[in-house]
Amino acid sequence: MKINDVILRAAAKLVIFIILTFAIYLFVSGHDGPGGGFVGGLAVASGLILLLLSFDIETIEKGIPVDFKLVAAIGALIVISAGVGSWISGDSFLTMGLMYIPIPGGGEFKLSTVSIFEVGVALVVIGVVVTVISSISKDV
Amino acid sequence: MIPIYLITMFPFLAALLVVLLRRLISERYIGWYILIVPLSLFLALCRYLPKASGGEVHTESLPWIPSFDIHFVVNTDSLSLLFGLLITGIGSLVVLYSIYYMKNQKSLALFYTYLLLFMGAMLGIAFSDNMLFLYVFWELTSIASFFLIAFWYERKSSRYGAQKSLLITVFGGIAMLASFLLLHQITGTFSIRETMMQLDEIRSDVLFIPAMILLLLGAFTKSAQFPFHIWLPDAMEAPTPVSSYLHSATMVKAGIYLVARFAVIFGGNDLWFWLVGGTGLLTMLWGAFIALRQNDLKALLAYSTISQLGLIMCLLGVGSVAFAGNGVVHTEIYAAALFAALFHLINHSTFKGSLFMVAGIIDLSAGTRDIRRLGGLFALMPVTFLFAAIGSFSMAGLPPFNGFLSKEMFFSHALDAAKLGQWQMIFPILAVVASMMTFAYSMIMVFKVFFGKYRREQLDRTPVEAPLGMLLPPLILSLSMLAIFIWPNRLAEYIIMPALKNIMPGYDLATIEILHWHGWNTPLLMTFMTIGGGLVIFLLLKYWKKLYNLLPDVLSVDVLYRKSLSGIENIGSGLTNLYMTERLQHYVFYIYGMFIIFIGGMLFFEEGFLIDFSQDAPLEIYELLLAVVMASAGFSILIARTRLAAIILNGVVGYSIALFFVLFRAPDLALTQLVVETVTTVLFLGSFYFLPELPSRKGKLKSKWFRALVAVSVAIVFVMTALAVKSFRQFESISSFFEETEQPAGGSNIVNAILGDFRAFDTMLETIVLLTAGLGVYAIVKTTSKRRTRDEDQ
Repeated sequence: MKINDVILRAAAKLVIFIILTFAIYLFVSGHDGPGGGFVGGLAVASGLILLLLSFDIETIEKGIPVDFKLVAAIGALIVISAGVGSWISGDSFLTMGLMYIPIPGGGEFKLSTVSIFEVGVALVVIGVVVTVISSISKDV
Repeated sequence: MIPIYLITMFPFLAALLVVLLRRLISERYIGWYILIVPLSLFLALCRYLPKASGGEVHTESLPWIPSFDIHFVVNTDSLSLLFGLLITGIGSLVVLYSIYYMKNQKSLALFYTYLLLFMGAMLGIAFSDNMLFLYVFWELTSIASFFLIAFWYERKSSRYGAQKSLLITVFGGIAMLASFLLLHQITGTFSIRETMMQLDEIRSDVLFIPAMILLLLGAFTKSAQFPFHIWLPDAMEAPTPVSSYLHSATMVKAGIYLVARFAVIFGGNDLWFWLVGGTGLLTMLWGAFIALRQNDLKALLAYSTISQLGLIMCLLGVGSVAFAGNGVVHTEIYAAALFAALFHLINHSTFKGSLFMVAGIIDLSAGTRDIRRLGGLFALMPVTFLFAAIGSFSMAGLPPFNGFLSKEMFFSHALDAAKLGQWQMIFPILAVVASMMTFAYSMIMVFKVFFGKYRREQLDRTPVEAPLGMLLPPLILSLSMLAIFIWPNRLAEYIIMPALKNIMPGYDLATIEILHWHGWNTPLLMTFMTIGGGLVIFLLLKYWKKLYNLLPDVLSVDVLYRKSLSGIENIGSGLTNLYMTERLQHYVFYIYGMFIIFIGGMLFFEEGFLIDFSQDAPLEIYELLLAVVMASAGFSILIARTRLAAIILNGVVGYSIALFFVLFRAPDLALTQLVVETVTTVLFLGSFYFLPELPSRKGKLKSKWFRALVAVSVAIVFVMTALAVKSFRQFESISSFFEETEQPAGGSNIVNAILGDFRAFDTMLETIVLLTAGLGVYAIVKTTSKRRTRDEDQ
């Protein structure tokens, strides 16, 4: 059965940018506002799922030639190595560091090793959700 | 000097690099890059030698989970260093050998990754002072060994051998973990060094004996002691460099290390003496006996390894008498047995490593390892013959090789053991009998393979001498056998004696000298008996082999292993089939039933039914509206006629919850709930295709009532829990701690500060769980869809 989904596709092309931008915003704002690695990752994943729904799976695989199982595995590796990093400064495993970088012209930019940790979490979430959903829908 | 913890971590980092860069490196040269790792580590460890020989202990500590007393503490004394040097030294030779041996093999990058993984784990065992770290590294060696045995995984026997070794050694590892936990129960510390300070408390505790037996289970399984030896012969399916490295020179010595390290804690009583010494003696005898029966060169060497490990274990058992310290026995004499154990351990690594390499050369160049087909190779492979002869004569205990010295010491300590009592007389007797058989199989290795009739028609190709690169590692080992024979006291002075002092901390020991000539005494007589008896067995081998027909097969440990394995599988699948009914309804019943019993039971027995509305905020109109929406959506699911409608209604409930979070000012939860709801709804719709039509609602009235009962009770427990959370305080609230998060965690969002900082450990493990679950779903979907296409094809 061929479904006519022109409108869905047209909308998806536009909306995906909004979703991904929002996802990145969610990710970055995580430490002080609502958001974070888990939600950010989920939002990215849901954007990708929207693409999966509106286009067929072969197109997506051609357009985004990424093995999402690998994405998840790399994420897990990052999560663990973020903990090991604290050894360099002699702290215990998973101690997070924090740094304030002044921005010229006022204000400061907060940099934290939690971000590395959260990147890992986000990658695992994206990888796992997309892997699960694409493998199930590929099966159909 | 390079810190030891970096030395331990270096192989792991190198393994990671190999995995990441494997596409960039040509497989032909990868071995040469890998060779840098053990070689540089060997040199780095050598620099610790002077310090350690002086009796100094070098300690480094990295906090890991300080709140649970888990620190990565490395202790570098001579005993650790002895193992560290063996691991890296033999490791270098083995890598050099593998470059040539594995030349035409596929997936070499993986092979070296496993090898590096093993090297790091083994160094971890040798250097860690924290028992939990020791345990983790211990299991890691089992895992690396599993991968290496199964390297040629397309062979069924490889997979069988790998599984067998993993099951047996991991079983032992878990027993060892239990022993560590018992010790922790007694002493309150996981540090080996600190545990040794509390000898009196440990020895008087009721848990002393269980801890000892569990620890020995770990050591015996790893070091292939009877009756756990059965995994080692099957591990010979691994590529020969692996057999030479893991299954003779290093990994199987981990059990010896464990026994030596903990001897000061457990040693000195009769049980330890008989368990360690007796098992060692039995293993030595049995291994040598079965080795004589083998026709495969590697199998012969495997049983011989079992036998030799038994010999070392036996010496450790005899030596443990030194810890008794009741003044009746002479500490010095029995300490010398421990000394001999360490000495023979080094010697065994040299000659057995070399012999395995020789076996690999013969296998590669003649195309077979079957002794019945080999013969007369002397003329074709003279250099290989030389190494085989040196290794075998050293193993048989002949001068002028290092094996002679340690064999002689072994005999004299077996005689010392006999002085302890009437029963201990079996030590010297069985020692001689086992040595005779050892002599005989050593001769098989030399004379049956290199002399006798050369039969070209039995071989697939004409044997030729191996390339220089393959001959170099056995050459170095053979030279060291000679060197150790000539200057044994150099080795003793720098490594063995300081290591002995590390095994026996707090004892004042005089330096032990290794003598080449003791005069005409009983040990020398025993050597002559060994040679004579061994020659007789070797010459009458045809008749000797008939002895094995008398052994009933049913009684062998191997049969027991296979039977228990299939038994466990049958019971397991029977049990699982009892409750895995492939009906979702039943699974939901299990989950809800447990929920009702445990949560409801907890509320009931702890009297948590405290319902207090007095402090609640007044009800807002939005909240009321939302509640009505949720309730009506919920009820509608019950009467929905199609699955699609039910899914959408379920989504309505979910999004309403998200709205509730918004109303209650929990933006993080609201966001997460929204996205999760979206993803699950999509997932539902994706799997919608597979689900059957909703069954008609005309089911039996009785089962309907039952389901309604479960549903309502779950609802009641849920509501009660929700209400109880507010007023029922089982524990003190910790929320005030998190309210001040800005300072410690540097973030003002409490939820994320908890996730990413305070409870980062939980988050880390949860991501791993998520990853595992995702891969599980992927695997299930893949395999079932593959099965379906296969069924359709048929």
